[in-house]
Amino acid sequence: MPVISPKQKQREYDVVIVGSGAGGGQMAYTLTMEGIKVLLLEAGRMFDPVGETAMFHTWDMAPLRGVATPDKQKDFYDASIESGWEIPGEPYTNASEDKLRQFAWWRQRMMGGRTNHWGRVSLRNGPYDFKTRSRQGIGFDWPISYNDLASWYDKAEMLVGIFGDSEGIENSPDSSPGVLLPPPKFRAGELLARERSKKLGVSVVPVHRAVLTKQQDAQRVPGKLHPRNKKAQRLLAANMRLRLKCFFATACHRGCSIKAAFDSTSVYLTPALNTGNLHILPNSMAREVTLNKAGKAKGVTFIDKTTGAEHHAAGRVIVLAAGSQESVRLLLNSKSNRFPDGFANSSGKVGKYLTDSVASRVSGQIPALEALPLHNEDGVVGQQAYMPWWLAGQQHKLNFPGGYKALLVSGRKMPSLNTGKSFDRVSGGDGIPFGKKLKEDARRYHGSFQSIGAQGAMAANDDCYCELDPQVKDKWGIPVLRFHWKWSDDELRQVSHQQQAMTEILEAMGARFFHAPYVDKPEKAISQGGKIIHEVGGAIMGDNPEKSVTNQWGQTWDVPNLILGDGATFPGTADKNPTLTIMALAYRAADHLAGELKKGNL
Amino acid sequence: MKNPSSNFQAQESGSNTTERPSRINRRVALQWISSATAAIPLLEREAPAAEKPGVRPPSVFAKGYGPDPDIIRKYKPGDLWPLTFTKDQRLLMIVLCDIIMPADETSPSASSLNVHDFIDEWISSPYPAQAADRNIILKGLDLLDEKAVRRGKPKFVSLKLKDQLVICEDLARKAKADVRRFPGSFFYRLRNLVAGGYYTTPAGMKDIGYRGNVPQAEWNGPPAEVLKKLNLPPQ
Repeated sequence: MPVISPKQKQREYDVVIVGSGAGGGQMAYTLTMEGIKVLLLEAGRMFDPVGETAMFHTWDMAPLRGVATPDKQKDFYDASIESGWEIPGEPYTNASEDKLRQFAWWRQRMMGGRTNHWGRVSLRNGPYDFKTRSRQGIGFDWPISYNDLASWYDKAEMLVGIFGDSEGIENSPDSSPGVLLPPPKFRAGELLARERSKKLGVSVVPVHRAVLTKQQDAQRVPGKLHPRNKKAQRLLAANMRLRLKCFFATACHRGCSIKAAFDSTSVYLTPALNTGNLHILPNSMAREVTLNKAGKAKGVTFIDKTTGAEHHAAGRVIVLAAGSQESVRLLLNSKSNRFPDGFANSSGKVGKYLTDSVASRVSGQIPALEALPLHNEDGVVGQQAYMPWWLAGQQHKLNFPGGYKALLVSGRKMPSLNTGKSFDRVSGGDGIPFGKKLKEDARRYHGSFQSIGAQGAMAANDDCYCELDPQVKDKWGIPVLRFHWKWSDDELRQVSHQQQAMTEILEAMGARFFHAPYVDKPEKAISQGGKIIHEVGGAIMGDNPEKSVTNQWGQTWDVPNLILGDGATFPGTADKNPTLTIMALAYRAADHLAGELKKGNL
Repeated sequence: MKNPSSNFQAQESGSNTTERPSRINRRVALQWISSATAAIPLLEREAPAAEKPGVRPPSVFAKGYGPDPDIIRKYKPGDLWPLTFTKDQRLLMIVLCDIIMPADETSPSASSLNVHDFIDEWISSPYPAQAADRNIILKGLDLLDEKAVRRGKPKFVSLKLKDQLVICEDLARKAKADVRRFPGSFFYRLRNLVAGGYYTTPAGMKDIGYRGNVPQAEWNGPPAEVLKKLNLPPQ
């Protein structure tokens, strides 16, 4: 079963999935391996990560040296097409004029979704992160504990291929033995940070990322992931053999034509297609979830973007994994007599409790790193080292709940257009440097600048939510989302702490700074909501149908054959990146769903 | 640029993601589309208004590369939208490129790497972020010739290198004092683009000490001499 056109669609499928990224891809993989017939709808076009990836291109080959434009909003070689903060004809709105109270929404309209340009940082939530309400008195507890998800993290990590190490750090869990691939060596600046941070009680350890530092074990892993399923074992083993080990060059966000870096198309959808149980329908913009007379989800109405025609895809089960807020929008736009306020929204909680990483950054220049002997510092390109939250056991002594982690990338990176002006801050003289002096400054200082970025936890609150805009519609006439956003004092106090701590770490490395840290002005340092592209929530899971939208398997309380398979179900944001948890939850939800379908419960 | 995904979708039918039968088709289609769109603005574009002294050329009417460009193709300035510089402006930019990034014992000059054509591409861009640079840089080029006239030469390029440097050093000081105020803003933006354009070429990357972007069987971390210099134990 292949990629199809709307005409080739079957009358009904076991499961219709909306969205092909981390959540939808994982659901499609698990279900089709279990013999379930799946139709996957994706709003964007097919994308071939092998043939459409400009891995070794240098910036001088790109228009405008590859800088971001309204057409390519990260950079020219970023593996994002028809994607960005602002997509022509597909607006969203913000209720407030105040920038600090606005939310920025990245959408990825292509097969594989945001997994194409994701940085691949893959961290587990820790035990405390599931108990926010119990421990901190704010936000929500999840309806599951870390122990409920631990084995699914192991499975997701084995399937995806993730490097990292075991550190025994409080609330930053280790994986089971044999699950992770070996971490890459640190760069010089990362080793310096590790050495100098010790006296501050901060550990610099290998980050976990979805990059193969070693080929996956195609002999062992398929049997562990698919016991008693020989066909699945065979297909997974064949797919693992198509993925090569990282060759330690070029940024993962450009895409990976050797499939060393994970993306949904290469790792989930390719073996899923090979089961013969998957139809993929690209260019299909979902508009509405439909309801049958029995009160169950019947299917999804979608627009074929190539013709503008509207179609309907029917399934026994419907999974929404369109990207948290896009799934929420679909629910809100699916109105009926039974659900006048949106599908499965009898609680009134659809759209509520959006959260995002609480992020800020501090930069300095490290004289010790100047003019180091030249060597290749690409490594796995991007993050190799991070500082897991070091005060998890002393949270009660701090004036903010929830922790943060800090990420750093050191070394001489591939220069960009901005490199030309980057030496002004350290160059002497009474004019900006040019000529011979600029060339000398560049040779001395390139690679000596060090930035540390923190990303922290955010508990759900009543001020961050989305709803349908009463007036604005997109180019297909579908009502768009209107966002409400407000950082609480908790988040702002956390950013003050981030600014102070990251400044101390850089100072320990001997840094000089170009402006004072924003310890007293956290609102100046905090990243705008959505800008880290870690947004989750809007249809949160819980154990009370009046206070949440879904149960622990993403099944909506109102309509059990409608399942949320993306980050919309997160009851809060941890100090960990959300994607691995989206994958583990989707893995667990799909496994549960397969069981229910086999038992005839849905 | 018309989004080619509609054609692509039809061609994709019946294939799966492990095969790539439509890749050539798409590439050909994209090339056709980009050459077609590159041709149209040339006709539509107004004649350069720079003939009239003191009148700034209007913004270009070219289109961008669209949200789904061919990223494998290697682009040259002028491939996507028409360029702006007159012959004299281009000559002046070549001189400025080599003042800002001159050749030395170890690396070539900016003009030998065609950085001047990148500047032309940049100021000719149809995207809003480059519009301000277009005005500042064209205005700055005129100013340099005016400064030459005051020194008794018809054009900046007719000045001796020594005199050209005196003018640039003055502008560099003005840039350091205030990067937003013309003419310091002109020299600041020009320097950023020339130096950034330079360091994004393979020769520039080599000169700045970047040794990556090559596939390696293993990554072993920094060599021992680096760790020694940093007083760090072996990894």
